[in-house]
Amino acid sequence: MGTSKVFVSGNEAAAIGVKLARAHVISAYPITPQTVVVERLSEMVEAGELKAEFIHVESEHSAMSAAMGASAVGARAFTATSSQGLLYMAECLHYASGGRFPIVMMNANRSLALPWSIYGDQRDSLSLLDSGWLQVYVEDAQESLDMMIQAYAIAEHKEVLTPVMVNLDGFVLTHTYELVEVPRQEDVDEFLPPFDTENKLDFENPKNMCFSSSPSDNMEFKYQQHKAALKASEVIKKVDQSYREKFGRGYGGLVDGYRCDDAEIILITLGSITGTCRVVVDELRSQGKKVGVLKIRFMRPFPEKEILDITRGAKVIGVLEKDISFGYEGTVYTNVNSALIKSGRIIKSYNFIAGLGGRDISREDIKYMYEYLEQAASGAEKECVKFINLGVDTDGE
Amino acid sequence: MHKPELKQYEKPKHINDYPCGPAALAGTLVAKNAGWRTKRPIIHKEKCAGCYLCYLYCPEGTIFKEDKKINFDYDFCKGCGICSKVCAHKAIEMIKEGENGN
Repeated sequence: MGTSKVFVSGNEAAAIGVKLARAHVISAYPITPQTVVVERLSEMVEAGELKAEFIHVESEHSAMSAAMGASAVGARAFTATSSQGLLYMAECLHYASGGRFPIVMMNANRSLALPWSIYGDQRDSLSLLDSGWLQVYVEDAQESLDMMIQAYAIAEHKEVLTPVMVNLDGFVLTHTYELVEVPRQEDVDEFLPPFDTENKLDFENPKNMCFSSSPSDNMEFKYQQHKAALKASEVIKKVDQSYREKFGRGYGGLVDGYRCDDAEIILITLGSITGTCRVVVDELRSQGKKVGVLKIRFMRPFPEKEILDITRGAKVIGVLEKDISFGYEGTVYTNVNSALIKSGRIIKSYNFIAGLGGRDISREDIKYMYEYLEQAASGAEKECVKFINLGVDTDGE
Repeated sequence: MHKPELKQYEKPKHINDYPCGPAALAGTLVAKNAGWRTKRPIIHKEKCAGCYLCYLYCPEGTIFKEDKKINFDYDFCKGCGICSKVCAHKAIEMIKEGENGN
């Protein structure tokens, strides 16, 4: 199988993935740090490398509306956004998932105002966890490219037909250059056939789409939508497996555990920080500590069973997230604890809130988290929700 | 200005019979949309000049032509009263739901 290698940023890798997926329509409004992905796609369209309509829209709300219009006629639609832009299109996110339009969107994870910030954290996408979109968090540029192709295979699966949001950590991933392997177009074409759906506007089979429903039907539509999102769990695993067979790269489906088999202390992560955690795990393992890291790839559908399986032997778990649901705790932490308690398992769990507004999360910070968890496992009283690396004294408040 | 013919909608008996998302054969009416109306417009046809200004102003498109005058699609009229306000001939009156035998 012939491939080529290119040195590109996460944004550029995503653009190559979209091109290989042969998107028909790209509608976008630029916002930092997403801008480069749509700039590259516009260049590809201009150069004739990608036969697609590129629609310059006046807002993110319009970007998603245009993507829905494209999807409604059976076109493969792509858009990308970030931060406030994602929130600006929030209304349309529910519309797209309710309409069962298999749109793929890249979101460059970025902090939310106020204070105004262009730097990365994951509060934008996690605050829209209930929008009905499947959400995947990728770790590097290669995974960004591969997931654009996988995302269409998942979204367009007849039993799923649900949009997918592919999340890249802002700047850390969107703007960092890496060597990336580009699959051949012929191989991608074999893996991802043209989008074909009956759920579209068609002169031969005219339909009413996106209509109202009264209380007598609305709940059934929502139940059906929920079932499709749950069904995506199996489809994600199958797509990942067949991608591995075809291209030699797979990502583990819903989750990716690293040195978790006999781990007593497991740190749960999302996205690009996982790489640094792996380095720390290797270092601590060399000191004889039984530690591991569990990367959640998909937040929706939530990998409940996989988390339970992987953490079965752990004495304590930590959840590291660049997110806070103000007045409570991290959203990932809430979801993980929900999975544990429903299974009847009581396990000590701690939440590390870190990296908000682009603050660096260092190896030392991660080592500190593992030490914190080790002390908790030994019976020390610890705060459940811990802000990491605050730059000022808080007098222990 | 004429109402389209609607296809019969039968509520599915099993969840698998629902379409994928809100989509159905063109011309199917799944839900009527006037459940929250407290007042309804009525037309005094003898006053109606057939200018159709109310038709142009109706935000829901629920006014249609009938015998060179107008009438209302009560399945979708929300009772906003704009038609009554714009009618120069005072041909449209808003009455409370339930009054006059309605």
